[in-house]
Amino acid sequence: MSNRRDFMGMALGSFAALGALGALYAAKRTWDPLPSVKSAGFTTIDLSPAKENELVTEKWRGKPIFILKQPADAPKSDREIHVAGGRYLVVVGLCTHLGCIPAYLADKKQFKCACHGGEFNSVGVNTFGPPPRPLDIPPFKISGTSLILGETGPEYEKMLAAGLTLKV
Amino acid sequence: MAHFDEKAKPFSHKWLNERMAVDTVKKVLSTEYWIPKDINFLWAMGMILAATFGILIISGIFLLMYYQPDVKTAFDSVNYTIMSEVGYGWLWRHIHGVAASVVFLVIYIHMFTGIYYGSYKRGREMIWLSGMLLFVLFSAEAFSGYMLPWGQMSYWAGMVITNLFEGFSPTIAGGVANFPGFVEWLRGDYVPGQAFLTRFFMLHVFLLPLAIIAVIVLHFATLRLPHVNNQKGKEIDFEEAAKQYKHGNKKESKVIPFNPVFLSKDVFVMGVYFILFFYLVFFHFEFAMDPVNFDPADGLKTPAHIYPEWYFLWSYEILRPFNKDLGLIAFGFAQVAFFLLPFLDKSPVVAPANKRGLFKVWFWVMIVDMIVLTVMGKLPPEGIWTIIGLVAALVFITLFAVLPFITKKEKKA
Ligand code: HEM
Ligand code: FES
Repeated sequence: MSNRRDFMGMALGSFAALGALGALYAAKRTWDPLPSVKSAGFTTIDLSPAKENELVTEKWRGKPIFILKQPADAPKSDREIHVAGGRYLVVVGLCTHLGCIPAYLADKKQFKCACHGGEFNSVGVNTFGPPPRPLDIPPFKISGTSLILGETGPEYEKMLAAGLTLKV
Repeated sequence: MAHFDEKAKPFSHKWLNERMAVDTVKKVLSTEYWIPKDINFLWAMGMILAATFGILIISGIFLLMYYQPDVKTAFDSVNYTIMSEVGYGWLWRHIHGVAASVVFLVIYIHMFTGIYYGSYKRGREMIWLSGMLLFVLFSAEAFSGYMLPWGQMSYWAGMVITNLFEGFSPTIAGGVANFPGFVEWLRGDYVPGQAFLTRFFMLHVFLLPLAIIAVIVLHFATLRLPHVNNQKGKEIDFEEAAKQYKHGNKKESKVIPFNPVFLSKDVFVMGVYFILFFYLVFFHFEFAMDPVNFDPADGLKTPAHIYPEWYFLWSYEILRPFNKDLGLIAFGFAQVAFFLLPFLDKSPVVAPANKRGLFKVWFWVMIVDMIVLTVMGKLPPEGIWTIIGLVAALVFITLFAVLPFITKKEKKA
């Protein structure tokens, strides 16, 4: 008697568990970014109009992208991208602490984040405050004087391998 | 067993009683739910919270009729349509905004009352835990509601808070506690966008209020057996006191019934509260409406200072003075610290804090520290403010770390 009841209980229980697992997976997938959101993640940016030590802000995947042409006398850094003779810093303009947009102070050649006081130098390396790492470099591919953001070229692969940026 | 009187009029008292035991239910839930006499107006805060939640639901329903959860139209649907086109739309919005802010003030008073009188131990642990669960749910409800007008503060608060879920830096412990993809999953996009707004809208108007109602029921259920505490923390023999009361010795009895005796006192306090509440709604609503949020969301411009609403400032300030990873630990600690109270307090004494030796010092230092953290959280992270904030954050953490030791030594009064 009790064996039959146990059997019914276990049968119901295991089918319910199976269903719950399936439902959980469906729920997880529903919260995923849509394919259209993911596929819209490519942007081409022409670097040639940028002027030395003047910040240009573009947009990629809804995020601000900072482009800063380094002055000719600025010390070299392996975080720069070389395009048509110019040296450019190209980074995601979101503080690596919690994602505010830092401001560029051209006279001090420094980025400053108002949210919690984080600071970065002119090649995006964190120098003060809570940010845990330098500003992230977006995946890029060089094409003439332009960058295609979202695609990965050999220059980006090299930076990634050298640990100069995280994958974003 | 069941006996149905054929002659009973449909829906008469007798008819209902035979079908639903209405008399018994009423006794258990209200007329014979006993409340100690030795309490004060602070014991009315719970019912004030329930009433304020009711007000949030009613005003929320009216806002819902014109609110549009679309990133292109949300801002105007609130700031233009509801505020200037919909008849009395401004009233619902100001009621909703003021209630969302004031409800936290009352929650904090309710919580600190519980801590002061030791109402979280000796059988009342589940009351405390379900109450803390309500605090978390209300925080989530307020945060999700704050996203809806899709202003600058909505967007940037959404950005910063969801980024917390990235976890620790990838360099810590080989990156086991680093979840970069999780943030995008939460948002449904690389940055807060349409997917983000619609899912927080769903949480705000349906799932979270539903969960809040369920946990309010649980909170009330946890109260039924241990009963509410009293001003001296005395253990009352409720059965004995109830017998006395029912035999007419109302004066000698230590208790009164919840309904109608205690409720009438509640209603008086509620009356005072609502005068204040509607004064704020009609004459001082602006404290609940951040001016920065009257600029539409812009993903390419961070406001000069980002700060949360006043009720989150203390926990935000605990995060702020540290580097990312330490900040996350400190913030996580602040979120769970109050949950642990019944287990960190090792003393069996249930009495007002002022009668409990070192715990008295602990209590008042904690209150002052929370106020300091709240004030510092609003100030820009510069110079001396950063240092005061850091000290206050360290004091907060230390307070909870030393609590077991100072309460262990406490002598029974
Ligand atoms: C637990 C209680 C609740 C809290 C703490 C809360 C909090 C908030 C907050 C802080 C806002 C932004 C206020 C503003 O900028 O005007 C808001 C907006 C909103 N809430 Fe709630 N809310 C609660 C319950 C509800 C309920 C139950 C509903 C609907 C059934 C609702 C519907 C709305 C709507 C439609 C808006 C957007 C309109 C607006 O921004 O003025 N809320 N809520
Ligand atoms: S977000 Fe930039 S310092 Fe915190």
